[in-house]
Amino acid sequence: MNIDAIQNGIVIDHIEAGSGKKLYDLLKLDDLDCSVALLKNVTSAKYGRKDIIKIDREMDVNLDAIGFIAPNATVVMIKDGQIVEKKKLDLPAELVDVIRCKNPRCITQTEQEIRHVFKLTDRKKREYRCLYCEVKASI
Amino acid sequence: MRSVIDVLDLSEQELDELIATALDIIANPAKYAEACHGKKLATLFFEPSTRTRLSFEAAMYELGGNVLGFSEANSSSAAKGESVADTAKTVSCYADIIAMRHPKEGAAYIAAQAASVPVINAGDGGHCHPTQTLADLLTIYREKGTFENLTLGLCGDLKFGRTVHSLINAMSRYAGLKLILISPEELKVPSYVKQKLKDEHIPYEQTTNLEAAMPKLDVLYMTRVQRERFFNEEDYLRLKDSYVLTLDKLANAKKDLVIMHPLPRVNEISVAVDNDPRACYFKQVLNGKYMRMALMLKLLKEAGKINEY
Repeated sequence: MNIDAIQNGIVIDHIEAGSGKKLYDLLKLDDLDCSVALLKNVTSAKYGRKDIIKIDREMDVNLDAIGFIAPNATVVMIKDGQIVEKKKLDLPAELVDVIRCKNPRCITQTEQEIRHVFKLTDRKKREYRCLYCEVKASI
Repeated sequence: MRSVIDVLDLSEQELDELIATALDIIANPAKYAEACHGKKLATLFFEPSTRTRLSFEAAMYELGGNVLGFSEANSSSAAKGESVADTAKTVSCYADIIAMRHPKEGAAYIAAQAASVPVINAGDGGHCHPTQTLADLLTIYREKGTFENLTLGLCGDLKFGRTVHSLINAMSRYAGLKLILISPEELKVPSYVKQKLKDEHIPYEQTTNLEAAMPKLDVLYMTRVQRERFFNEEDYLRLKDSYVLTLDKLANAKKDLVIMHPLPRVNEISVAVDNDPRACYFKQVLNGKYMRMALMLKLLKEAGKINEY
């Protein structure tokens, strides 16, 4: 399967197989009017299988959102067909306005203009909890 | 500005200091009668809680201060759609300290971030209720003389019961604690609480049988199955009468058992138990007032609003 090489844009590589769609949704890539490719179950020497997202446009991406869904991901910035920057991600210690708390009893459901903050509480389990109600994050 | 949202905001040393202050208030009430003269407590109760609100108010009056506030959201500007943060900022202009009860979890944290005076969480939904835990700790200490080497039985709604989770957190700091968690299957302690117990090597057992656990207990903490924590009325009705403590069930209990309950009770403890010398739940209410006095003194002093006490 061939996907055109990107001239100016972003490649998010080494996404855990099966997480590509979640990341695609979280980054709201559906709203873009440029070419976006979501590749699933690509063979990987390192991980066996992986997902890849290619975005054919220079733009700011939320690295915390990527790190949250795909902590092993590599984000590659491409300009004029050349790699200009490569970022290896990790689980962010804090997520701000990346996801919302789903606890119907949480104050974030009603308080106006509040920052939606989650703290990493268990790195091994990749567990985040809402700063306000301490309920576990879910997507 | 120092606020108290969770009992874990207080170190073990600070808990010891609060207990020492409360014991001194009990021994020398006159010494504290004017400690908060000219100071105002705002009780912001977005949901009704007569017991907690009156306890805070009585505590401030006994310290020589004054009280203002509201007792339900309908009589506050929240009914007009005002945010918790704006209410806290506004009330900071009128009062020296705030005690807040709100049905939403995390509301007290928002208030503490926005306020320019100390905020005490008087209960935020099913999340935290630190001053109840302070009342519980003082009761255990006054009745048992120690926090160490106790077997604590928690019975009833261990899933939604915030007082239970806070008490486990606070007591897990002390050596020799053993926990017996007594609940219906559907209302067991959440897995993250159990994981914490495992991580901290605190021995615990889970059971559905109160009578079988009874002889082992030094302290029995009964809880109410709370209607307001259920989305499904059927589940509430099915589980609400899971445990009822009667004199018969106390037959195998230790002679110096301490029976506690955060109140209000519905039918979890038979009224006949009230006359048993082991019943300590009304002492808990009184101890709550003393600990709220001690906490307000501490926070007002830290905020530079009162001098030594």
